[in-house]
Amino acid sequence: MGTINSLWNFTKKFVTIGLITVTVSDRYVTVVPVRGGSMSPTFNPKTDSFTDDYVLVERFCLEKYKFSHGDVVIFRSPLNYKETHIKRILALPNEWYVTRHNNDVLRIPEGHCWVEGDNAGSSMDSKSYGSVPLGLVRGRVTHVVWPPHRIGAVKNTKTEGLLPSL
Amino acid sequence: MGLFRSVVKEAWEKTFLFTKFLCFLHVTDNYLVDPVKIYGPSMLPVIDLNPSIFLAERITPRSGKITHRDIVVFRSPQNPRRTVTKRVIGLEGDSITYVSNPENSDNDKHETVVVPKGHVWVQGDNKYNSTDSRHFGPIPYGLIESKIFWKVFPLDDFGSFWRK
Repeated sequence: MGTINSLWNFTKKFVTIGLITVTVSDRYVTVVPVRGGSMSPTFNPKTDSFTDDYVLVERFCLEKYKFSHGDVVIFRSPLNYKETHIKRILALPNEWYVTRHNNDVLRIPEGHCWVEGDNAGSSMDSKSYGSVPLGLVRGRVTHVVWPPHRIGAVKNTKTEGLLPSL
Repeated sequence: MGLFRSVVKEAWEKTFLFTKFLCFLHVTDNYLVDPVKIYGPSMLPVIDLNPSIFLAERITPRSGKITHRDIVVFRSPQNPRRTVTKRVIGLEGDSITYVSNPENSDNDKHETVVVPKGHVWVQGDNKYNSTDSRHFGPIPYGLIESKIFWKVFPLDDFGSFWRK
């Protein structure tokens, strides 16, 4: 009888902790690993797979979907909903933007943003699939939390290529 | 002192129970079913102009099984704070022919597009009064949140909405 009772208690605790963890990570903050070198040198400055950076992602920005230039965000890929990408926002809705790779001038549509990786050479981003709906954004990256020697806030770099609104 | 301690303990237990309940609600809402209120002219005659309440499930979109004729709730590509309800007309790779301007029948331009990878084409059933893919183009699959499957309110239409 005792074993069944303790098993039941253990299951209850396990489910409770699971529910709370999922809720907090969906609504408030979560930690995700960064794979690949598209955001180097901000994340994964060295390209060896043993030292993937882990970053802290806050979800409070999803209440209002208010972002500023230079925010690093995670979003579902517009080409494959199962993939999550991590990139930097370079232009916001209704702005004019000069692309860095071929100097096109384009207007970001309403409700969209332009995202690019910090490592311009090897990054799949708005250069290949165009501007991304803000509705795909899943959170904003604020800190690197692992490995220990890289702990620190993510810097919001100044963006270039924005044209003054006409 | 003992009384004070038991009051604090009870308050803590009540709060914890309430928190657990909210977490449970969050998980069922986000991973299983979610009630949605829908109104507006764009899905007439299937969905009425007046507010009605539906149940929408999250499992089909999450497992990638959304197909033609499903009625889905998705985040508007034009305004991320709004969600809209439309019918899926085309999946990736389909070619869609649509009339860009159905009000003026004299200059009805037929346009054909191929839905790109990872996108779907959504349209309202009421083509004369609907802002949909004819206006903002195909939407990424990732914007789809849930699929309508049950009507709850008004009560006289209570029942399955799976194949409407």
